[in-house]
Amino acid sequence: MSNWKNYQKEICDDNFYYARSCIRQNFFPGSENIFVKILREVLNKNVYDDAEHTTCTGIGYHSDVVPFETIQTVVARNFSLMSNKGFENLAISCVTSFGIYTEITETWKHFPEEEQKIRGFLKKSTNREFIQPLIMSHCSDIFYKFRNEIFEKAKYSLVNKNTGKPLKVVEHIGCHYAKMFPEKGVGGAEFPQVLAGMITAWGGEVVDYPERRHCCGFGFRQYLVKANRGYSISNSIKKFEAMKPYKPDFIVANCPGCAMFMDKWQYTAKEMNGETYGENGEQIPVLTYEEMAGLVLGYNPWDLGLQMHQIDCEPLLKKMHYEYNPEDKFRNLKGEKIGEEAKG
Amino acid sequence: MDFGFAPIKTRAINYDKNDDRIIHYVLSHDASFNVCLSCGSCTATCIAGSLTNFNIRKMNTLLRRGEPEGLEIEVNKCMLCGKCHLVCPRGINTRNVIMLIKKAISEMKK
Repeated sequence: MSNWKNYQKEICDDNFYYARSCIRQNFFPGSENIFVKILREVLNKNVYDDAEHTTCTGIGYHSDVVPFETIQTVVARNFSLMSNKGFENLAISCVTSFGIYTEITETWKHFPEEEQKIRGFLKKSTNREFIQPLIMSHCSDIFYKFRNEIFEKAKYSLVNKNTGKPLKVVEHIGCHYAKMFPEKGVGGAEFPQVLAGMITAWGGEVVDYPERRHCCGFGFRQYLVKANRGYSISNSIKKFEAMKPYKPDFIVANCPGCAMFMDKWQYTAKEMNGETYGENGEQIPVLTYEEMAGLVLGYNPWDLGLQMHQIDCEPLLKKMHYEYNPEDKFRNLKGEKIGEEAKG
Repeated sequence: MDFGFAPIKTRAINYDKNDDRIIHYVLSHDASFNVCLSCGSCTATCIAGSLTNFNIRKMNTLLRRGEPEGLEIEVNKCMLCGKCHLVCPRGINTRNVIMLIKKAISEMKK
């Protein structure tokens, strides 16, 4: 037990300044909204969603397009916005951003002259100053911290109502969550507990499979250049093949890239070689942790954005005996039909 | 569908999927092959190996990995002179091993 304490981290419990992700708002548009909604309406927390906040430019940085000094200045500006609004707890939506914020604050801790240089850049370019956050948490850390409070208000649990058994869930942690700075993640790099804790608290069963800690294949350089995407999909296929014998009901990820690629590469792999990795020749739905929390709390799956996924999530909803209207899948807020699902 | 890129075949050795029928056949008929230490003396002294790319040591490795692709062509390069047997520090009857591989391949074809 004393050893496990070494794998814990401090997670802020209220007054969050929300750092949104760039790609999550495109690929999983419901996830960030539902995060804010759950914090405000279910957990009664104070969260500031700032329209002035920008991307961390992490994708550009990891692709050698954005220099380190530039990304540090962008991050310093976001810190400045946060301190100007009177917040000191940063809640970071994206694992890439979480890695970026951590890498930069750690750099400044070990090289204070670098921080002074960036303070100078920020002052010259925007006339701003900043205070570093007191606590930086990834948003999955926050749901992990409040997993029992969320479950107290749950309408559903992660149980296959057809069999009465827990749903088998593959949890996938983004590499930049704890592989770079293990002490910044719950459970470190070896025993990441952040998603497993949510799954077990909400009634599901975590699948422990051979390639559980393998990269999803996102990898920035691997997918940005089309000719290199074979490396990306090979990583994903390696994972899918390893998890297939365990017949998972769904995959949950805390990183935008992981959720996106594990969702879309399943479709691609099927188109390329006809392979599927779910039970009975189906594909495995991929959820974000906010979508998983939203389902447990009984939100409308179409408000969570599940219709935006490449892999159909309706088989999962049926296993949970979830109450929803399939007719509303492609309707906008006014109730108008916005299109049809592609056939074939 | 052509996406302009494709998955790369993994080089990981998957012992659950690989074909271990030949190595099991050989070991069950000549247990001496179990004590091979992969020193390569057989390959160093091989007459066929000096004329072709025949390599007993490599063949042994691939057999134990369960990757017997192309083995039939390889094993037929052996001239059965038996020099490998003479130099083996473990006394393995390597010529018999070659014969057993041939037998295993022909039985698998039945």
